[in-house]
Amino acid sequence: MAADTADSNGLLPMVVDAVSYRAGDRALIDHVSFRLEDSRRTVILGPNGAGKSVLLRLCHGLLAPSAGAITWGGFTPAATMKRRGLVFQRPVMLRRSVAANIEHVLKTQGIGRDRRRGLVSAALDQAGLQPLAHRQARTLSGGEQQRLAIARAWLLEPAVVLLDEPTANLDPGATRAVEELIIRLGATGAKILMTTHDIAQARRLAEEVMFLHHGRLLEHRPAVEFFAGPRDPDAADFIAGQLIN
Amino acid sequence: MNDFSNALSTAFALVTSLDRDLVEIVGLSLEISLTAVLVAAIIGLPAGAALALSRFPGRRPLIIVLNALMGLPPVVVGLVIYLLLSRSGPLGSYGLLFTPTAMVIAQSVLVTPIIAALARQTVADLHEEYDEHLRAIGSGPLQRMATLLWDGRFRLLTAILAGFGRAIAEVGAVLIVGGNILHSTRVMTTTIALETSKGNLALALGLGLILVTLAVSVNAAAMLLGETAHRRYG
Repeated sequence: MAADTADSNGLLPMVVDAVSYRAGDRALIDHVSFRLEDSRRTVILGPNGAGKSVLLRLCHGLLAPSAGAITWGGFTPAATMKRRGLVFQRPVMLRRSVAANIEHVLKTQGIGRDRRRGLVSAALDQAGLQPLAHRQARTLSGGEQQRLAIARAWLLEPAVVLLDEPTANLDPGATRAVEELIIRLGATGAKILMTTHDIAQARRLAEEVMFLHHGRLLEHRPAVEFFAGPRDPDAADFIAGQLIN
Repeated sequence: MNDFSNALSTAFALVTSLDRDLVEIVGLSLEISLTAVLVAAIIGLPAGAALALSRFPGRRPLIIVLNALMGLPPVVVGLVIYLLLSRSGPLGSYGLLFTPTAMVIAQSVLVTPIIAALARQTVADLHEEYDEHLRAIGSGPLQRMATLLWDGRFRLLTAILAGFGRAIAEVGAVLIVGGNILHSTRVMTTTIALETSKGNLALALGLGLILVTLAVSVNAAAMLLGETAHRRYG
């Protein structure tokens, strides 16, 4: 079951089978099916309101699908939750220091004090947050908070890390720092599944693209092929920079 | 007017010279109210947090009742505790009536709903913000409670101060269950009531001054605490 190397990742393949998610009459996710086979960085691309965040929450088990099923290496999202990390668009920062925010996750997992100290220090190093270790997390800048959130998600060598618009509110400098961290995280063998509405970011980070629009998955292809010529007319308009509705 | 200014200067003299009776009374008041607040916090904080995080039938009415209990009339609490502790009452055999312990019990009953209701509100607000993160890292119910209580610590401390303010200023309950016995159960508020009716305004005013000072300090502390927390933790 352990995730040792990139392609023996215990949570893959991930299978989404005919999943819908309804809120009242509206289908926020409409009959979506796909498989993720390997540890390439997968980017879910689409305009605001496409259902990207909902899809990501369904994948992690924070929401339950109205229809269809999701499995990670054959197990339910809930059963595999601890082997994934999740990073929100607006990260939740506990009212504690940067180091204590990281330590809290370890404590939740029942990891002893001695082991915790080393892991916290390593995570701070990874995210370049060592100088800020004793600062209150909620006084950090947006970019620093997002790096802390990624460091928290990275902690337990997750097989998969889900990121929901991780740089949506950040300036270019902070965005670059966060993107570098995501690439390094992916290089450890963790599967990256992230959402963005930023086409340029998708071009920089995606090895595989899923184009989502109005809750429907319109394309799912390697990034090179997708950007060379999307088959779906909406996707083509979107990456040409046009406003689609 | 002359009587009043005489009484006031005598009162100041009592306070500044640390009059023995006065110190004893203030000491007992603090001891009883601080103990009561401690008991109320030990019960009220987890109870409030549990109420914020659990879902069960009848939860909403319970919250309404709890909020209403914040305004519980002290004399009624005094009366009920009196009936419970009196010789013929169900707890009469412990012989607690007219002891400081009875007064601690009465004030705990008054303060617990205040702390529990404010803790519930604090934890519920914080939970709304933290819920997805705590679920995403697989936090269990008890871990969740501990996290939210700790992260709400400054607002909870304010709730505890509010409870202390209520306990120390209350007269009805401690008068009924304590009996205002000299050197035994006489506290600031009961002494003020008694000495005023006896015409001994100096001692009453002296204690009144201390009581008001305490009330102002508690409120100032609560405000400072809130501001500091906001500055430090954002």
